[in-house]
Amino acid sequence: MTPEAEIDTLPQHGQAADELPGPRTPKMRARDISVFYGDKQALKDVSIDIHDDRVTAFIGPSGCGKSTFLRCLNRMNDTIPAARVTGRIELDGEDINSSKMDVVQLRARVGMVFQKPNPFPKSIYENVAYGPRIHGLATGRQELDEIVENSLKRAGLWDEVKDRLQDSGTALSGGQQQRLCIARTIAVDPEVILMDEPASALDPIATAKIEELIHELRGRYAIAIVTHNMQQAARVSQRTAFFHLGELIEYGKTKDIFTNPRHQRTQDYITGRYG
Amino acid sequence: MQQPREHTLKAFDEDIDRLRALIAQMGGLAEHAIGEAMRCLAQRDLEGARKVVEDDKKLDRLEIETEGRVVQLIALRAPMAGDLREAVAALKISGVVERIGDYAKNIARRVPKLEDAGQIEPLSLLPEMARIATQMVHDVLDAFVNRDAEAAVAVAERDQAVDDFYDSIFRALLTHMMEKPNNIGQSAHLLFVAKNLERVGDHATNIAEMVYFAATGEQMAERLEKAGSL
Repeated sequence: MTPEAEIDTLPQHGQAADELPGPRTPKMRARDISVFYGDKQALKDVSIDIHDDRVTAFIGPSGCGKSTFLRCLNRMNDTIPAARVTGRIELDGEDINSSKMDVVQLRARVGMVFQKPNPFPKSIYENVAYGPRIHGLATGRQELDEIVENSLKRAGLWDEVKDRLQDSGTALSGGQQQRLCIARTIAVDPEVILMDEPASALDPIATAKIEELIHELRGRYAIAIVTHNMQQAARVSQRTAFFHLGELIEYGKTKDIFTNPRHQRTQDYITGRYG
Repeated sequence: MQQPREHTLKAFDEDIDRLRALIAQMGGLAEHAIGEAMRCLAQRDLEGARKVVEDDKKLDRLEIETEGRVVQLIALRAPMAGDLREAVAALKISGVVERIGDYAKNIARRVPKLEDAGQIEPLSLLPEMARIATQMVHDVLDAFVNRDAEAAVAVAERDQAVDDFYDSIFRALLTHMMEKPNNIGQSAHLLFVAKNLERVGDHATNIAEMVYFAATGEQMAERLEKAGSL
């Protein structure tokens, strides 16, 4: 059975997979997450489950809190001094904000791809090898070579760069750079990949390649993506969460959100009646 | 769910308004065609019947125009949620209304064959049946333009009356055929007229289901099941 069928699209014995009996343990579980930047509350009591076999898209107008929420999932908000996060986020049942959690380790398990491709000013090879090397994932050169090759293959970039691995990563095109960043993220064998507008700086062909890549990576990693492009959310995700003014307004199956949303504000936003 | 607000992109609203106007125009023509076909039948108006047949081409043209506009709307505006459901409903409804026009044409074509029919008793029931069926078409297209799911349900509920008329006309014509075998041909034509009107009621009901789905995102049958289980 295809992963697609296991998720929503094909009912089994008259039931959608979601309605099948038995508990589904989410990969990440966020409960009552609020974020404050100084006095300003950017996120209000958001609770969401992220599952490991599907893509979850966060949509909403600018300033709605979707990126803020995404950044909570691997504690990127720690880097902002005035930011304060309340609530509980679990990764496989473990509190990611606990003092026992090694944040470097967390960010390897929960990787992130940013809007603007940000390769290191080093060779293509070094961009991918850097993470596995510092995390001690390879015992020798040969093993490291394998990780680099496999990561570049999974990111759909291998065929384009295999003959010039020593060229600078910054010499690649925008779309290639973004796939290089995805290869770099998956090189440390993460469990969750967060993507913040990963294709908004790319042309339509590079965008399509990234979307196809997201499709291929699904099933191997839990993926959460923030996007302004609603068609993109519709194309790549199985779950969609709509944020507005720091609140989670609606969270459901993507096919339901885009054909029959429950909330007026969701409807207004996705049909272009917002504002 | 209501869509009270306008789109940020005004041209989108204009496209949707134009689509609604096209469907309303098609509905008006189909309704008029049924009424005219029935008048011609009652008054043996051969010239009027020919015009009904001729005018059906307008409906065919409007259906093609609607189809083009829906495809264009989907391609250029990428409608979502209620807008998408409405666009798809408009496409389907235009096909059904065109079919209703065909029934009117079909009735009109029988007028010459019934020219010298004497007084056949079921003939007196047909105008009332036609009135109910065309009123259903009228009301269901109003419901579409107003995105009124409840009005659509009310239309669907009236289909039973049309079916009852058909059953009673069927029985009356059968009796008439047995009593006056020399009139069987004309009786058969009248039976087809009644059948056509019964189909108009069915199609109005189908449209009601499409309107309900467009307006609510749910199937009317599911709602009726829920209502039945309460």
